[in-house]
Amino acid sequence: MTKQKQKPTPEIVDTDNIIEIVQLTKVYKTAGSSVVALSDVDLAIKKGEIFGIIGLSGAGKSTLVRCINLLEKPTHGDVLFCGKNLMSISRKELLQARRQIGMIFQQFNLFAQRTVLRNVTYPLEIAGVKKEQAIARAKELLDMVGLKDKCNAYPSQLSGGQKQRVAIARALASDPQVLLCDEATSALDNATTNSILQLIKRINTELGVTVVIITHEMKVVESVCDRVAVIDQSRIAECGTVKDVFLNPRSDIAKQLILPKTTDATVADDDRCVRLIFDGNTFNQPIVSALAIECNALVNILFADTKTIEGKTYGQMVIQLPKDINARRKIEDYLTARQVTYKEEELPQ
Amino acid sequence: MKYTAQQYFEKLMTATGETLLMVLVSTVFACAIGLFVGIAATITSENGIRPNRPINAILEVIVNIGRSIPFIIMLILLIPFTRAIVGTPLGTWAAIVPLTVAAIPFAARVTDSALKEIDGGIIECAQSMGSNAWQIVFKVMIPESLPSLLRGMCLTIINLIGYSAMAGTVGGGGLGDLAYRDGYISYDFMTIFLSVVILVAIVQLIQWVFNLIVNKIDKKNR
Repeated sequence: MTKQKQKPTPEIVDTDNIIEIVQLTKVYKTAGSSVVALSDVDLAIKKGEIFGIIGLSGAGKSTLVRCINLLEKPTHGDVLFCGKNLMSISRKELLQARRQIGMIFQQFNLFAQRTVLRNVTYPLEIAGVKKEQAIARAKELLDMVGLKDKCNAYPSQLSGGQKQRVAIARALASDPQVLLCDEATSALDNATTNSILQLIKRINTELGVTVVIITHEMKVVESVCDRVAVIDQSRIAECGTVKDVFLNPRSDIAKQLILPKTTDATVADDDRCVRLIFDGNTFNQPIVSALAIECNALVNILFADTKTIEGKTYGQMVIQLPKDINARRKIEDYLTARQVTYKEEELPQ
Repeated sequence: MKYTAQQYFEKLMTATGETLLMVLVSTVFACAIGLFVGIAATITSENGIRPNRPINAILEVIVNIGRSIPFIIMLILLIPFTRAIVGTPLGTWAAIVPLTVAAIPFAARVTDSALKEIDGGIIECAQSMGSNAWQIVFKVMIPESLPSLLRGMCLTIINLIGYSAMAGTVGGGGLGDLAYRDGYISYDFMTIFLSVVILVAIVQLIQWVFNLIVNKIDKKNR
């Protein structure tokens, strides 16, 4: 009998997509009960981008990333890698596909009994690459991640950041098209996180590797991702470019994750507040000071988190408006004229 | 003293040789088979790389039964089996059969627990790199748990030295047998004393050598 029962491969609409997740559901069955980790997830990751998946712990993001290389087998749905449906290929083909998808982890997962060099040669060893060739390639990669001098060290002799660099070099050894990062910086301090993120960014631009970053940290998505999916309670709450999602989050979870909490600022009953959103349209200028002078109104800044990127201001600011209705109108007109997006903000009383 | 120094020396040398032969040969077989069974038990367990409930349950039962039968009983139960393999149920070589059989479940359990010590993340990581089951066992699981495996092997050997003393009951010879027959039965305290001293020295030596090797090869936690 021929393989008639093979599932039909969904048609690929966009060939730019390197990974497509179609109607993916993952249910964990334990004795007597079942837990839905992912339900009806659709996601397309474009070739060459850095794609972030953010969510609170338990939202299902780690399961989702493991479904991409089938470390977790989805209960329903399809996972397409380069147009090939991983759900319907043989085990052997799956192992080949996994070599095209590198992965790094929060806990680094280096082989403790192997030297740094032999950690990096491992993927080549299992692929049957000649020893000298594997060593040459590993040295090249270790040079790239800045650990050329650590070839003969053991993982226990390295710092967290160095371990993650080795893990990155190892993940890249088989020349993957995709690099999956599962909370790769969550065990690292701020400075090390930044240097690892810069390295990932470099890998993306220099080697053209598509990167998928799983994180619960805003700053990670903010600093390197092109697009982001926000995942909540087993579903994708929203997905879009980082700029769009950050500046105008629509789902509750995205708002919760992105808009910094202002709960420590309380206001009186009749006070009105607005949230100013700087989306790069306003050039670096002292908007609030100018507003105070031009409108002749005093505003109270309750919260501010802005940054200047390439001379443009991005971020958020919550200001308390004066009680006088005319002064408020004046301010609103001023903001509209200056193309500053603003929204009325509800604050706890 | 019942015997001359020369006689003591000769008797103890022969018995030590028999003990070492019994322990060495049964260690080789028991560790080889135990390693295989232990690996099979680990990879077929619920969180293993090839979960298989029936096979795992069978292995668990065999290992547990094997571990709970007292050695002296197993020695007697295995007489027909020993005769079938060696031709006779008596002698040093015949003692190797029950020693091996008794040590397999022990070695299997020790292997199983050494392999289960490996962080699941490392196995997952090896899988993410496209390793097949074979590569995970031989290139990841065994090398990563080698220090623990060697510690387990040391325990197995020391256990076997203890068992080998009992194996004298089937005419296996060795230090235990010497201490029992020429010492206890024939009222010669010196034989008992010297046999025990040699057994203690052997155990100490093995423990020392293994500690040395394990500390040398273990690259974790340093």
